[in-house]
Amino acid sequence: MRTLGWIAINGFRESVRDKVLYSLVAFAILLMGTSYVLGQLTAGQDLKIMKDLGLSSIAIFGLFMAVFIGIGLVSKEVERRSIYGLLAKPVRRHEILLGKFAGLALTLTVNIAVMTLALYAVLAYVGWGENQFARQAREVPALDPALLKAVALILVQLMMVTAIALFFSTFSTPILSAGLTFGVYIAGYFSQDLRNFDQVVNSRAAQVLARGLYYVLPNLSPFDVTSQVVHGLPVTARYMAVTIAYGVVYIAMLLIAGATIFSRRDFK
Amino acid sequence: MPLAIETIELTKDYSVGFWRQRSRRALDRLSLQMEAGEVFGFLGPNGAGKTTTLKLLLQLVFPTSGEARILGRPPGDLSAKRRLGYLPENPYFYDYLTAEELLTYFGGLLGLRAADRRQRVSKLLDEVGIGSERHLQLRKFSKGMLQRVGIAQALLNEPDLVILDEPMSGLDPLGRRDVRALILRLRDRGCSVFFSSHVLSDAEALCSRVAILSKGRLVASGRLSDMLAFSVRGWELVVADVRDDVLAAIATRVSRAVPLGGGRFELEVPMATPPEKLLADLTATGARLVSLNPIRETLEDFFIERVKQPS
Repeated sequence: MRTLGWIAINGFRESVRDKVLYSLVAFAILLMGTSYVLGQLTAGQDLKIMKDLGLSSIAIFGLFMAVFIGIGLVSKEVERRSIYGLLAKPVRRHEILLGKFAGLALTLTVNIAVMTLALYAVLAYVGWGENQFARQAREVPALDPALLKAVALILVQLMMVTAIALFFSTFSTPILSAGLTFGVYIAGYFSQDLRNFDQVVNSRAAQVLARGLYYVLPNLSPFDVTSQVVHGLPVTARYMAVTIAYGVVYIAMLLIAGATIFSRRDFK
Repeated sequence: MPLAIETIELTKDYSVGFWRQRSRRALDRLSLQMEAGEVFGFLGPNGAGKTTTLKLLLQLVFPTSGEARILGRPPGDLSAKRRLGYLPENPYFYDYLTAEELLTYFGGLLGLRAADRRQRVSKLLDEVGIGSERHLQLRKFSKGMLQRVGIAQALLNEPDLVILDEPMSGLDPLGRRDVRALILRLRDRGCSVFFSSHVLSDAEALCSRVAILSKGRLVASGRLSDMLAFSVRGWELVVADVRDDVLAAIATRVSRAVPLGGGRFELEVPMATPPEKLLADLTATGARLVSLNPIRETLEDFFIERVKQPS
């Protein structure tokens, strides 16, 4: 556990010393700031637009962080051969993978916390400038705590993406890993379509393939509750618990599969 | 004497090619033993299989067949790794860390307690000569400085066995001298040192035993004294005041006569010519003896001869 902690902290340090990360966070915050201007163009919908854009920015820039840092965590160690020095220390191979994952999860958590604070700051500024009537007319308050539910699910989803990127990087090149991860991410939003594929096609083989893919690919759409939160629709505690549990199980399975491959790999 | 390293019929095949994969043998049934406390030189030309052997010992790659043991344990065993130090060839470390941060990180992985870690990191950085650059990020380090960091991290746990892959690589003459002195200090405190090198003079100066690898196969292994002690292959005779007619008369008895200036000549005398008789004949004509030395076979001669042999 101590070994894992050291690797995680080093992984976190690697990420936070990467200038690309700061550019991504800065750009996301800038986008949230500009959402204020966009909000002014729509009558009465400004806060909704800002929340929608803010949460989307967190999800999109978080996705770039998860993929680009995730695929580099292992492949950089192998390409630059720093893995040689690391594996000569009393470290098990799966600890490297889990430590790297924990480090990036910590990085994502910190960055998403920063972006969330920036979003709340923009919303607070808008809410502060409103008169009492406008405030009462809103269905949802400016500083709605339910936004945190959407952020929590985005964070779990990004950790799934990190685990996918890490899994692919245990056996393929960084570019291929990035392509595969983005592919799985997009396919993850069409998971429900795969489930209903047997009602569309007659071929037994296609039905079996679609069903197989449905079980293997992640189902990412339940993690997107942005529109519910923005429109003040309820996101129940049960829904949150089940969705997070699904994410955690999926991450665990990917990490086990990745660790199994990584443990048998030759570092030529 | 316990063994620091042992390999038995250790073999590694790599797959090469993309569409039509073929097998290429990088290491072929290597069996060798290194006793604890000795400095062991692992020699061979490029592509001989030295780095593959080290990778197998550290479980960076897995063997196709055969087995290896480090400090009596299989490769990858954590208890053996705690007693092991390793310097990779042309080491690369995390360039976003400072030298001190890197050593602190590795000290943490080795399970050193905070106080011990701080003390050892500081002492080692001073010892390898980069104490004043401890807060500098590694991306700003030269190749030689990185090599020194690599040596420091290999010694963090005061190991019983140190594996050094080309430790002199990238070092200037002063750095090489420091590393040679360090290896001897490690030997004196009972640490086993296994190092691969292209620099045969280093191996000759430091090692008690060597193994020579060529094309993945062990071509020679043993004590340097056994390999080279009796291999006197001639004599080097330096004489002064030799007349030209005398020089012409002895031309058939020497393999080479090189004028050194000032009336001196260096004569290379083959084993077939007894040097005492030649010397007596020369001094009888008025020549003076300056020096007489045996020409021994060097490790380089031995190495070239063995490596050139058809496998």
